[in-house]
Amino acid sequence: MSSPGQRQSVLRFERVTVSFDEQKALDDVSFELRQRESLVVFGAAGSGKTTLLKTALGLLKPDSGRVFVFGRDITDLKEQDLFRIRSNIGMLFQEGGLFDSLTIEENVSYPLENLNGFHLTEEERRARSEEALRFVELEHTLDKFPSELSGGMRRRVGIARAIVTEPKLVLYDSPTAGLDPITAFTIVALIVKQRDLRGAATVMVTHRYQDAHFLATSRYRPETDQIETVSPTDNDVETTFLVLRDGRLVFQGTLAELEASRDPYVEKFVKREE
Amino acid sequence: MLDILKFPALRVQEFYILAGRALRNIVRGPHYASDIFIQMDIIGVGSLPIVLMTGFFTGAVMAMQMAKALMQYGAVGQTGQVVAITLVRELGPALTSLMVAGRNASGMASELGSMKVTEQIDAMRALGTDPIQKLVTPRLIATCTVLPLLTIIGDFVGIFGGFVIAYFVLNQAASQYWNSAWQALDYSDIAQGLIKPFVFAFAIALVGCYYGLTTTGGTQGVGRSTTQAVVVSSVLIFVLTFFITRIFVSL
Repeated sequence: MSSPGQRQSVLRFERVTVSFDEQKALDDVSFELRQRESLVVFGAAGSGKTTLLKTALGLLKPDSGRVFVFGRDITDLKEQDLFRIRSNIGMLFQEGGLFDSLTIEENVSYPLENLNGFHLTEEERRARSEEALRFVELEHTLDKFPSELSGGMRRRVGIARAIVTEPKLVLYDSPTAGLDPITAFTIVALIVKQRDLRGAATVMVTHRYQDAHFLATSRYRPETDQIETVSPTDNDVETTFLVLRDGRLVFQGTLAELEASRDPYVEKFVKREE
Repeated sequence: MLDILKFPALRVQEFYILAGRALRNIVRGPHYASDIFIQMDIIGVGSLPIVLMTGFFTGAVMAMQMAKALMQYGAVGQTGQVVAITLVRELGPALTSLMVAGRNASGMASELGSMKVTEQIDAMRALGTDPIQKLVTPRLIATCTVLPLLTIIGDFVGIFGGFVIAYFVLNQAASQYWNSAWQALDYSDIAQGLIKPFVFAFAIALVGCYYGLTTTGGTQGVGRSTTQAVVVSSVLIFVLTFFITRIFVSL
């Protein structure tokens, strides 16, 4: 196992500021995520969490600062060049972002058809889509439309679409928002399974501490097909926590540091054992 | 003072950027031919019933009103001429385009607006597709293709509506009406009547798509964009028809 220092940088923000109508959504944010690492971003509504993910994907351009993805500076890249970078990034959108007019199978195979670098036949695309849907246990929904599925199922299809290209970086925008606890657990378990099975770097935006804690302290064992609880210090998948407040990074550290923090704003996101 | 102008200036700039990119994509791949045909079906075939109804009744009403006015000069026989010229030059293109604006600019704004607020536009970009190439350019090509055709149909049905009144109510001879209508039209009328819907098509498609793609504020925002798209495209049709007519009158 390579040490964190040797691992390739997957995502790096250098003093990134993003504004909308003179309002700063991200203000001087810097962090780095390496191969196989996880990053959890906490923050209240409107604190810049989604902006951070969209900037990482190149959907938003920073006003200042630089964004590096897989070591390449994407800050000034044109949309056509960004498509090449995005073929290695999967994203689950907060609203799912599934195309209403396409079936579930068409939704999941969409990136295989449209992103650069995938020269697959229709049969190969179908097989890959089925495999991704099997991973989220929704292989029976191939011919359905998104409107026929429940909120949790749509979120799972979103995960299938995000991982169908086997990306090196997966971004999850509030994957459990608005879901019941059982469905929310299923979703986070899938994120853990995907992370450990494929070794992708993971960024998860959330405001639910239990999801973040589970991500940091769980490991998927393919040999037993079980998710086990491990100590965060044992875990070779390092998880870093960021806390955003009004676009500014007010905390960056490990789970232990997060739980030890006495910052009143940071404390709001931490559910301590009584 | 400058702050007041900043927002509208920014919107106009965004609109021109969208228009420029949509036009550039016409000659740049990838091309989504199936989307163009789907939009032609939605805009062209879908709008046909209202264009037929509007055209027929406009022609009929024109014939009734004009016949009354022409009677004072003993020129009822010229009804076909007046109906044909007015419809082909002005009312045919304007009314057909207004109907399509009401039906399709709103449709485009609401469809694209819903996609925007549910993050489908972002997802499209994230998954390797340029939304302007996939959504705007096919709608622009389809509207520019079908609107002149719809106008031709609307003009003919309007002249036919005038004929129904002239023949059955005013008891004119059929040959008199059609001869008068046919001989009144020259090539500049036809050119004017076809250039107008072609130009209006740009206004309808680009305004509809622009308001759709700039939608913010959830479902309420979609409603707002839809209304704005119809209002702006309709007003633009009147403004543009004035300028095009001005050019043809001075020729």
